[in-house]
Amino acid sequence: MNGTTTATLETEEAEVGFLVRAKGAWTVRLVRDLDGPLREISPKRARGRDAVIDVTGLTRLDTAGAWLIHRTSEQLRVAGLRVSYRGETPEIRTLLEVAEGYKFGFNLRLPRPPAYLQLAERVGAAVVSVSNEVRGVLGFFGLLLGVLWRTVKHPSRLRVVPLVHHMERAGLDALPIVCLMTFLIGAVLAQQGAVQLQKFGAEVFTVNMVAITFLREIGILLTAIIVAGRSGSAFTAEIGSMKMREEVDAMRTLGLDPMDMLVVPRVLALIIMLPLLTFIADIMGLLGGALMVWQMLDTSPGVFIVRLSEAANFWTFGVGIFKAPFMALVIAMIGCYCGLRVTGSAESVGVQTTRSVVQSIFMVIVLDALFAVFFTAMGI
Amino acid sequence: MSEKEAIIRVRGLRNQFGPQVVHENLDLDVYRGEVLGIVGGSGTGKSVLLRSIVGLQQPTAGTVTVLGRTISEMEEEERKRLEQQWGILFQDGALFSALTVAENVQVPYREHLGLPENLMDELAALKIAMVGLPSDSCTKFPSELSGGMRKRAGLARALALDPDILFLDEPTAGLDPIGAAAFDTLIRDLQRTLGLTVFLVTHDLDTLHATCDRIAVLADKRVTLHGTMDDMLRSDHPWIKEYFTGPRARAAQASAIG
Repeated sequence: MNGTTTATLETEEAEVGFLVRAKGAWTVRLVRDLDGPLREISPKRARGRDAVIDVTGLTRLDTAGAWLIHRTSEQLRVAGLRVSYRGETPEIRTLLEVAEGYKFGFNLRLPRPPAYLQLAERVGAAVVSVSNEVRGVLGFFGLLLGVLWRTVKHPSRLRVVPLVHHMERAGLDALPIVCLMTFLIGAVLAQQGAVQLQKFGAEVFTVNMVAITFLREIGILLTAIIVAGRSGSAFTAEIGSMKMREEVDAMRTLGLDPMDMLVVPRVLALIIMLPLLTFIADIMGLLGGALMVWQMLDTSPGVFIVRLSEAANFWTFGVGIFKAPFMALVIAMIGCYCGLRVTGSAESVGVQTTRSVVQSIFMVIVLDALFAVFFTAMGI
Repeated sequence: MSEKEAIIRVRGLRNQFGPQVVHENLDLDVYRGEVLGIVGGSGTGKSVLLRSIVGLQQPTAGTVTVLGRTISEMEEEERKRLEQQWGILFQDGALFSALTVAENVQVPYREHLGLPENLMDELAALKIAMVGLPSDSCTKFPSELSGGMRKRAGLARALALDPDILFLDEPTAGLDPIGAAAFDTLIRDLQRTLGLTVFLVTHDLDTLHATCDRIAVLADKRVTLHGTMDDMLRSDHPWIKEYFTGPRARAAQASAIG
């Protein structure tokens, strides 16, 4: 048992010179504790000029063990001793030759610059990448407008089947989640609003609050964010994996424009569907609110509708719907742009999909803020 | 230790995916110290066989015994110990993309052995030199390497723990002929110096000529024939005939002899 489960080392001063005796199984699993002692073998202990490495007692050897033996012999040689082996078998010789074939001076560590340089480098890289990204998106926006204009002039270029397909995927299939989310948010908004307004005895205005916030802001914002997370990411992943498998390049070589084939149907589908989704989201939100005020404040649906028509005019609703196509354009554009930016690898699809969702949600909120300023200035 | 010790023993293996049966009653022995090449047409389950042996794929029926231990009956701990006695080279190297080549090779040392840093560096460098990679590739990431270099780096990682058995999944696929020939030589040299048993899945006739002691042919859901190259050439089985004596085979044979 001893021979196969342990690796041991003995050193002594013998008549043949300084003797290093390797015993047992010098394998990668067992040599861990030999590394330190072997490094500490001091050639100063040798009285003569000869050193012998005795490998007779080895029961097993692998490349790790061979490396340690070779390293030790080099260590002694560098110190000026004549090193010889005793008890080498052909197998041991072969392994020692493997170890001898390796030259010192491999650099295994990545050079790491100091922290302040890394910080500066990362900030710089972020600035450059953001500015490239902005330039890229703006360029793509221009290209997209050109292609859309071309489609308007030559409607025959429009691919109807993909358009309808994407309208179904991005619009119709999103209905359940959009309905559920907006219904719940509408109810929560009404409930929280009612609790606060009761403190002023102004709970009758809960309906006004729900109607105005939902129709103007929450309905479209929530729908746009859901669609960005759902369809924007899907656009990137679909186009990205086509790009990865060189399908996009194949299209180009066959004389088909990926902008016509892939981008325009998606952008138009979302521009058509997002206002419709927003309309349904508005209704569901109001429904949630109406149910909540009915339950909490005993405002019957009939009274809710009367108060609703007093609180909201056409433009309260129109402002929300008006924003939808613009947000759709931004979401679809960023989704497609990120998809086309995918390079060869599968990781790149993941990176671009994340980027697409983050950017489109960010842009949706920026756009909403700009619209808020615009409509206030217009006095609507 | 007898001359013909079966280091891997597969008995009655059956693999089934839905209604599709890939292997049916498949028997296979791999002897210590040999290079066994597995060939077969596309979809005959060469890679599935490899995955069943190393336990990445649970077979529907049958037993796989490696180094005297049955894969499906093993406890977690025992399995981990056994896994350290084989190395696997996946098709594209399967290097961890977030780590450099040297760090990839060091993963098994770090995870299983807890070796001192210095020794780990030396051993990783030794392994990287052994597979013939230049020294500057140690600090490179897998994405910065060519396909052939990634395979070599994957081989260095597979050899990190000095395994007894080396599994290679299509080692020369996607390499140019020069790179493929160099890889064949490398496998043969390493097998001889380290006394490895090699289980090699391949399509490449040149690799079969250059490296394999024995060949096993997968056809009709089982190992139809195993034996030496001469046995293959003598066979009457239509697929084997087509494969080993077709136009491409003749070219490979000519180059192996010449």
